[in-house]
Order: sequence, then C-alpha cells, then structure tokens
Amino acid sequence: MTEMQKLYLLVPLAPLAGAVVAGLFGKTIGRAGAHTFTIMGVAVAFIASLFIFQDVQAGHTYNGDIYTWLESGGLKLHVGFLIDPLTVMMMLVVSFVSLMVHVYTIGYMADDPGYQRFFSYISLFTFSMLMLVMSNNFVQLFFGWEAVGLVSYLLIGFWYTRPTAIYANLKAFLVNRVGDFGFLLGIALIAAYCGSLDYKEVFAQANNMAATQIELFKGQPWSLITVVCIGLFIGAMGKSAQVPLHVWLPDSMEGPTPISALIHAATMVTAGIFMVARMSPLFELSDAALSFVLVIGAITALFMGFLGIIQNDIKRVVAYSTLSQLGYMTVALGASAYSVAVFHLMTHAFFKALLFLAAGSVIIGMHHDQDIRNMGGLRKYMPITWITSLIGSLALIGTPFLSGFYSKDSIIEAVKASHLAGSGFAYFCVLIGVFITAFYSFRMYFLVFHGKERFGHAHHDEHAGDHDDEEVAVDHHHGLAPGQKPHETPWVVWVPLVALAIPSVVIGYMTIEPMLFGGYFKGSIFISEHHHAMKELAEEFHGASAMALHSLTSVPFLLALSGVVLAWFFYLVKPAIPAAIKEKVGPLYTLLDNKYYFDRFNEVFFAGGARGLGSGLWKVGDQAVIDGVLVNGSAKVVGWFAALTRLFQTGHLYQYAFSMIIGVFVLLTFWFNRG
Amino acid sequence: MTAYPLLSLAIWLPILGGVLVLATGSDRNAAQARVLALSAALLSFLITIPLYAQFDTAKSAMQFVELSPWIPRFNINYYLGVDGISVLFILLNSFITITVVLAGWKVIQTKVAQYMAAFLIMSGLMNGIFASLDGVLFYVFFEASLIPLYLAIGIWGGPNRVYAAIKFFLYTLAGSLLMLIALLYLFMESGGSFNILDWHALKLGMDAQKLLFLAFLAAFAVKVPMWPVHTWLPDAHVEAPTGGSVVLAAIALKLGAYGFLRFSLPIAPDASHELAWLVIGMSLIAVVYIGFVALAQTDMKKLVAYSSIAHMGFVTLGFFIFNPLGMEGALVQMISHGFVSAAMFLCIGVMYDRVHSRNIADYGGVVNSMPKFAAFFMLFSMANAGLPATSGFVGEFMVVLGAVQFNFWTAFAGATTLILGAAYTLWMYKRVVFGDVGNHHVQEMDDINSREFLFLGLLAVCVLAMGLYPFPVTEVMHASVTDLLKHVAAGKL
Repeated sequence: MTEMQKLYLLVPLAPLAGAVVAGLFGKTIGRAGAHTFTIMGVAVAFIASLFIFQDVQAGHTYNGDIYTWLESGGLKLHVGFLIDPLTVMMMLVVSFVSLMVHVYTIGYMADDPGYQRFFSYISLFTFSMLMLVMSNNFVQLFFGWEAVGLVSYLLIGFWYTRPTAIYANLKAFLVNRVGDFGFLLGIALIAAYCGSLDYKEVFAQANNMAATQIELFKGQPWSLITVVCIGLFIGAMGKSAQVPLHVWLPDSMEGPTPISALIHAATMVTAGIFMVARMSPLFELSDAALSFVLVIGAITALFMGFLGIIQNDIKRVVAYSTLSQLGYMTVALGASAYSVAVFHLMTHAFFKALLFLAAGSVIIGMHHDQDIRNMGGLRKYMPITWITSLIGSLALIGTPFLSGFYSKDSIIEAVKASHLAGSGFAYFCVLIGVFITAFYSFRMYFLVFHGKERFGHAHHDEHAGDHDDEEVAVDHHHGLAPGQKPHETPWVVWVPLVALAIPSVVIGYMTIEPMLFGGYFKGSIFISEHHHAMKELAEEFHGASAMALHSLTSVPFLLALSGVVLAWFFYLVKPAIPAAIKEKVGPLYTLLDNKYYFDRFNEVFFAGGARGLGSGLWKVGDQAVIDGVLVNGSAKVVGWFAALTRLFQTGHLYQYAFSMIIGVFVLLTFWFNRG
Repeated sequence: MTAYPLLSLAIWLPILGGVLVLATGSDRNAAQARVLALSAALLSFLITIPLYAQFDTAKSAMQFVELSPWIPRFNINYYLGVDGISVLFILLNSFITITVVLAGWKVIQTKVAQYMAAFLIMSGLMNGIFASLDGVLFYVFFEASLIPLYLAIGIWGGPNRVYAAIKFFLYTLAGSLLMLIALLYLFMESGGSFNILDWHALKLGMDAQKLLFLAFLAAFAVKVPMWPVHTWLPDAHVEAPTGGSVVLAAIALKLGAYGFLRFSLPIAPDASHELAWLVIGMSLIAVVYIGFVALAQTDMKKLVAYSSIAHMGFVTLGFFIFNPLGMEGALVQMISHGFVSAAMFLCIGVMYDRVHSRNIADYGGVVNSMPKFAAFFMLFSMANAGLPATSGFVGEFMVVLGAVQFNFWTAFAGATTLILGAAYTLWMYKRVVFGDVGNHHVQEMDDINSREFLFLGLLAVCVLAMGLYPFPVTEVMHASVTDLLKHVAAGKL
C-alpha cells in the first residue's frame, strides 16, 4: 500500500473511528471527550482531503480496490476508491461542512442529554457520505447511499419522544426506499448486461448498452440505457428530494438544526446530483432520460419555491429553498451541464449550510421559537448572525460576484442553450424561480432581522417544534418571555457561520473558470458531442468579473432585484398587503398551504391503501380462505367423514356379523362374475 | 482431513448432551442442567468449526463422508457427507443452539432439564438432516426433528399451545407423507438404492419427474413455508417459547428450502424447469402478499413470522431462476435469515420476559427505559429491512441481480420487499421503541443484562460481519452450486 493509498483510507476511517468511540464509549469519555474525538476525526479527514486535492491537482488520480466484497456468478464486487477531481471536490465539501457542523454542535446541543449520541451519528454520517463519494463501483455507492439514509433516519428521529419526529423519520426512510427501489433495479440491469459493477467497466460498455433494446412491455422495445438511467435517477429523486419524492425533506426539519444543515442541505441531499454527474457517461447516451431529468428538476425548482413563500417556520423556509435549489441542480444535469450542477452543489453547500446554521443561531437566540412572525429587528441583538445571514441570502438569490450568482447564472444559461425536449419549459421555470427565490429569501430576512420587534410574548402556537418534550431537551421552552431579549450566540456557534460566509462570498468567483471551463473535471465528466450547452457557455465566458458586470443588465438580475424590492415593500413598508392578497386568492393559498396535497394523497392512498390491503389480505386471504375453508375445512371434512364411519362402529356384534356376511356376498358376486 | 468422524460428532454430541441433561432429572438440579446444556452446546459448536476450516472449496463433491451399513436388507446405509450447500447450515444450527440455551436460561423455570434437552436433541437431529445422504436416514431425521419442536411448543408454549402444536404437526406431517411415497418410488426405480446421490443420476421420464417434483413440493413448501401453506407458522410462533421460535425461524424453515436443493432440483431437473413458474409465482406472492399482511399485524411475533415467510419467498425465488447469483443469493439469504430472524425473536422475547405481552399496542417508548436494547433492536430491524452492511442485504441484493437476468418483472416484484420490508419492520419499531413511555410496564423495564447482551451481541457481530464481508460465505458455495446448476441445466431426458 502506497502512502497515498493510506491517506485515502484515512479519510473515511478517521470519522468512523470517532463515531465508534463516541457511540460505544460515550459515557466513559464524557461530553468533552466525545466532541474532541469526533472533531479530531473529521478534521483529519478534511486535512487529508486537502493533501489529496493537491495530489490530484498534480495529475495523480487513482482507481483501485481495497477488498473483494463478494464474488458470485462471474460478478466480482469490490470495495474500492476512485479518486479524481470530482471525488476530491466532494470530499473537501463534505469534510469541511461536516467539520463546521461538528464545531457548531458543541454550542447548539450543549444542553441535550443525547450529546454523545449526536456526535457519534454525525461522524458516522460523515464516514458514510465519504464512502459514497469515494466509491469506484455501484455496490459501494449503494452502501453509502443507504448508510446516509440510515443516519438521516436516526437523526431526524433524534428527539425520539416527539411524535412528529418519529413520524418524519419513518416517512423519510420509506420515501427514500421508493427511490432506492428504482435505483436497485437500475443497478441490477447494469450488472445483468455488463457483467460488472465497476464504474470503469460499465462506462466502457455504455455504448453497447445504448445499442441494446429491451422489451419491458410486449412489442415496445426501449433502449436499455434509458431504462437504466431512469432507474438510477429515481434513486436520485428520492435522495435529492425531487417531485414527487420530495415529501420527506420538509418534515425532516424535525431533526436538530445542525443536521438540517449538514445532511438535509449541504451534503446528503446532493448525493443524487453527485451520482448523476458521476454517471454522465451513461446519461449522455439517453436523451429521453435527460429530458426526464430536466422536466422533473424544473418542476421541483419552481413549484417548491412557491411553497417557500408561505412558510412561517424559519427552518421550513430554508428547507423549501433547498428543495428548489436541488431542482436547479437537477435541471443543470438534464441540460448536460454536469459541471455546472456540481458547481452549484458546491456553492449551495456553503451558503445553504450557512443559512441553516444561522437559522439555528436565531432559534437559540429566540429560545427555540421558530416562527418568523414572532421575530423582527433581531439585527440589533445578533449582529454576527445578521450579517452572515445577509451574506447567505445574497449568495442564494444570485447577487453578482457572490458564489451563488456564478453557479445559478450558469445553470440558467445552460438551460437556455439546451435543445432537449422540455428545455423551454425548464428555462421558464428556472427564470421565474429566480424571482421567487429572491422573494421568499428576503421575506424571511426582513421578517427576522428588520422591522418591528415582535418577540417577547409568551405564546404556544402551532409551529413545528412545539411539543412537550421537556425530558429530552431541557431548553425547549419556546420563545422569549415578556421583556426578555434575544442574545448573540457563543463563539462555537458563530465561528462556523463566519467560516462558511467566506466561501459563500468568494468561492464562485475563484473557481468558476477552472471548474466550468478550465477542464478541472476532465476525465470525471463526459459530455456527448450532441449536447452543446457547455460549449456555448464557454464561448460566452470572458472571465468571472466580466460575467458579473455583464449580468447587471440581464433578466435574471432584474428578476432577483424585483423579488427583493417586493419583499421589502410587502413586509417592511406595507405589511397589510400580503394579508390582503392572502384573502383574495383563497383557493390558491389553500393549495399552497396544503403543499399541493402531496402529503394528504400519500397518507390516504399509499399509507392507508397499504394498511387496508394488508389487513384485507390477512383477514380474507389468510384467515377466511386458507385457514377457514382449506385448513379447517379439510379438518371438517375429515371430521364429518369420521362421524359417518362412527355410525358403523356401534359395538353390536350382530351388526358387524351382518355387514361381514353382506361383504362376503358382494365380493363373491364380483369374483364369480369376473369371467 | 482429520480421522475424526466430524459429522457423526456434530449429530450425536448434542443428542448425547441432551440425554445427559435429561439425566439431571427434576428442577432441583436446574442449575446443573443449565450449565451442562451450555457446555454441550458450546462443545457441539466447536466441533463443527473444522467442518468449515478444513472444507475444500474447490471440490463440489461430498466431503467428510461416512458410510456404513445400517439396515443391509433394504440397502439402507448410515451415509453422511456435506457439500458447499449443506455445510454452512450445520455451523449455523450449532451456533443458534448456543443462543437458544442462553435465551432460556432464566425464563424457563419449570422442567428445565427437559427444555434444554429438547433443544439439544433437536440440534443434533437437524444436523442429521443436513448431513444425510441416505433417503431413509434423511426421512428419519426429518420427521424426528418434528418431535422436540412439537414438545417445545406443546409444553412451554402459550395459552393456545395445543392447537398450534397440533396444527404445526399435522400440517408438516401431511406434507412429508407424500415425500415418503416419493422416496419409496425412487427406491424402486433405482433398483433398490436409498442413496440420494444415486437418485441424482437416475434417469427419469418427464411424467415421473413431475409427480416426484409435486410430492417433494408438498413436503418442502409446507416447511419453508410457502404461500398458501404458510398459515401454521404464525400460529406456531405465537404460541412457541422464545427458544422454539428461534429454532423454528432460524433452522426449521431452512429444512424445506434445503430439500429443494437436495431432492427436487437434482432428482427432477426437467420438471423443475417445467414447473418453475409455479414456484416463482408462489414465491413472489409470498414476497408481496405476505409483505402486506405483515403490515397489518398487531402482534410482534406474528409480524416477524410473516416477515419470515416473505424472506423465505426470496429464497425459493432465488433457487428457481436457475443462475448462480440467484442460487447463492438464496443460500446467503437463508443463513442471514437464520441470524436475523433468531435475533428478532430473541428481541421480542427480551421484551416479553419483562412485560408479558407481544402486542405492539402494549409498548411504546421502550428506548427510554432500555437504550442498549433499543440499539440492538435497531440493528436487527435494519437487517430485517435489508439495509446494506448487514447480512440481510446481501442475499436480497444477489437474488434481485439474478432475477433481472431471468426476467425484469420478476425482479421488479421481488424488489418491492425493499419498501414493504422497511415499512412493516420500521413501523413496528417506531410504535414499540420510539415515542414517549407508553405505560408503567414500559417505565419499569430494565435494560438488558449481561447474558442478554451476550447473545444479542454475538448475533450482532454475525449480522455485521456477514454484511461487510460475505466473501468467505459465498466462496464455500461456488463449486457445489455451479455443479448443481450444470446438472439441472443438462436435465435427464
């Protein structure tokens, strides 16, 4: 094993070690021990990733196996690493955001009795996510895929006495399983036709798969690669929360805020985006699959944005914003602009983690009141949180020169350049989405940090975190008492905010050129010659500054600006207007308030249907037919027959003798008539 | 290879141990009975380790063969041997016996010696089934193993135990009588041989094969159990003591599946192909239909019993798609299910010992009083739902991969277990373990003691090890599975 290989191994194993120590010996090492160990583990992973990044920059990529997991029927399945520019970028993002969240957690979870358990989980998550992105084959990818799902399940249900939390985590797991169902079938088809699940082997046979037809329905041959890609993408739809498998993500906000930042914004939910980018050699060969990706992404980007407008829970606003941004990334994938999707994944990881952690900071400052209607004017009391939130929001809406601008503007341009079926619709969606994003982001920003101070009224209304769980989280009395003021949070909370704010500002400007146009992803991402989006983008690109300056007169910028202005007007200048509009568009508001009725439908149709079908099959199939008719029925027949024969067993000698004589007579008759 | 008759030891050592335990007599000597039983179980397990360590993975033929005449007049022999298909089950069975003894340590307070003896003797008999290469010997073991299980349910079982025990006994006996006829027919056809390996080579016409196949199907389908002859299992589980459920789920269900590989496929290969649709259909119904039925259960043991039927559906599915991935996947699934179902029933047993209820509704918030237990139960529930890195994933994954090669829609129907399995298992987990403390019984539950920690820990190690590194398990199977598939593909016509 070379030095570099040892370093590769160190990256996932260090957080794993932290997780195991904190998980199994949490009581012995105590709180300080738990966070020291896990933070060291993640820090080691981050530093090692930096070294690997340097090495990859020097042109050293790696693709090799660690051990053979299984061998059967000619199929060899390994655990192994693929270290290339795409991988190492993900490693840096994951380990950096994870490190920030670890530090932040010290403050956020300070009073929680499950402190050690929490650190163990988030380190385990970091391990799983790193294994996922470092994999060189589909099996390990699926392992990581499910493992991050497991940790997400455990963390959403972290406060396990809250009914909403344990409802949300079961829902998240099951919805993800629906996605995994497609994912698994996609993988199985690949294995059946390629005889291998190593990326390298599979990509080498991509053209064969594109030329192969399979008949899933009689007389309707489909291209194998289309079926495979759609299967894989259904997996991505679950993990990256695309419509209609998005329903779990808003509910996942039941988990503690640090994991909302780490898992449900920055890293895990982008696993689907990463996976599709990784599979670009397959997706590029199926225009049908790409169109599917494009349309699903566009729907998610726009329609989930709408829902962000009417949320009053600070975390849910950010959650719907995440859904919408994941839609943007998906759109970029569909437009064959994989590098742009991954670029947005990276910038989004920074500013969205920032926004979530800032929201968490606000929640601490507000004593666990999450309703933005009860806030206002917080900028005076929480200056650092205020400034960093402003930076995050500006980055999110695509303010020129900030990171989100470069990635989002590139997505819009890429969709414009795409000629696939559905690209017109997608272009419309992402354009309108810019306005919507700006509007809901600054609605929240103004309501929280500006305007009248609305806190200080003890209230118990219907917001999400409102449950009687004093035993679990002691500080969950909600809201500020009258006269109480919010306060800035301790340094372990605000330092990560600052550390995330810096890349949120500069990372786009610094990296757009190498990542999108400088061939950073050469060898990792493959684009077919028929898809021109990236080429056209490159032709129009004349440096990062020029791009930002040029955009000041462009449509997206004006849309974003008008969104901000409108939010300012509605929520600071004339607060009566939104309420009046709400009255006017009653049915539309009801539709949005019910989140387009997805939850209701799933609850009634799928959950209720499955329970009904289950008890129907049990009571009718098992109990009435099989046990009632067949089993007990045959027992009854035997019983009836026995009762009949019992008639002959009378115990009277003369009856036996009589029947014997008749018997002999009958037999003799037969005997003689035999001829 | 050693000179010791390892297979005979694996069979007779636990039986001898059982007899010795019986000899401790009444419950006044219960302590001795327990220690003796545990020693016998441990020793019996240790003796099986060389079977794996010295197993030649390159060979598909029978190994550790022992042959001596038993009833020469009918050419019946004491003929033992194992191949890559059967050897692992002997290890599994001997291992599970240890956990059964540990699980019954405190809970069983009446007729302790008899209880321990029943399970030790059963363990030996089960090993006999997996090692027999003589038809009569197999049949004797196959039927004899019913008796201790019948007694375990009938004596130490729940309130409705007699109904369950008789249902169990009659159900399985009815099936195996048809098998007896098949065995006798094969004896005649082969010119007076009870050697199973001779039967494998015996030329048979299609009609004869079909009849034999159906006769074996009747016997094995009941044992597996396959839909629609599965209704005895939930009843038997509900009434059985924890140890009985463990052995029933972990080992007894495997006997039927094993029978398919030892009898149906090699003796009637052409009929197997011809009637594969029937078995595949029954298997898929087991996966989907039973998956939904499991969702509707309110009794934890019934739920896990139904989950067992669904998981065994994957096993029979894997056998009858006739490719290495499917068959090896099915075997892996059998072993994994041995660990996972045993663990699930042990977990339910741990809770039952404290609250004396199996009803989901009587629990809620168990994690608050039993955090260590909740962690174990989580692991096993996830394994039951087929989460990667647990053993539960490996077999299902392989069978789905194999099924896609066979037919996409078969794989599609089978893969629904991904959703259904997670739904019924985790929904139960949520209602039992998560949430606020449900009632004062739950409040008063003590977390697991060191004995319980030991057997759950052992199983946890097995579940994880097999999930992270299944290679050594499948390696043992390759040669025999390849050989069997070749034999089945060649046919007899």
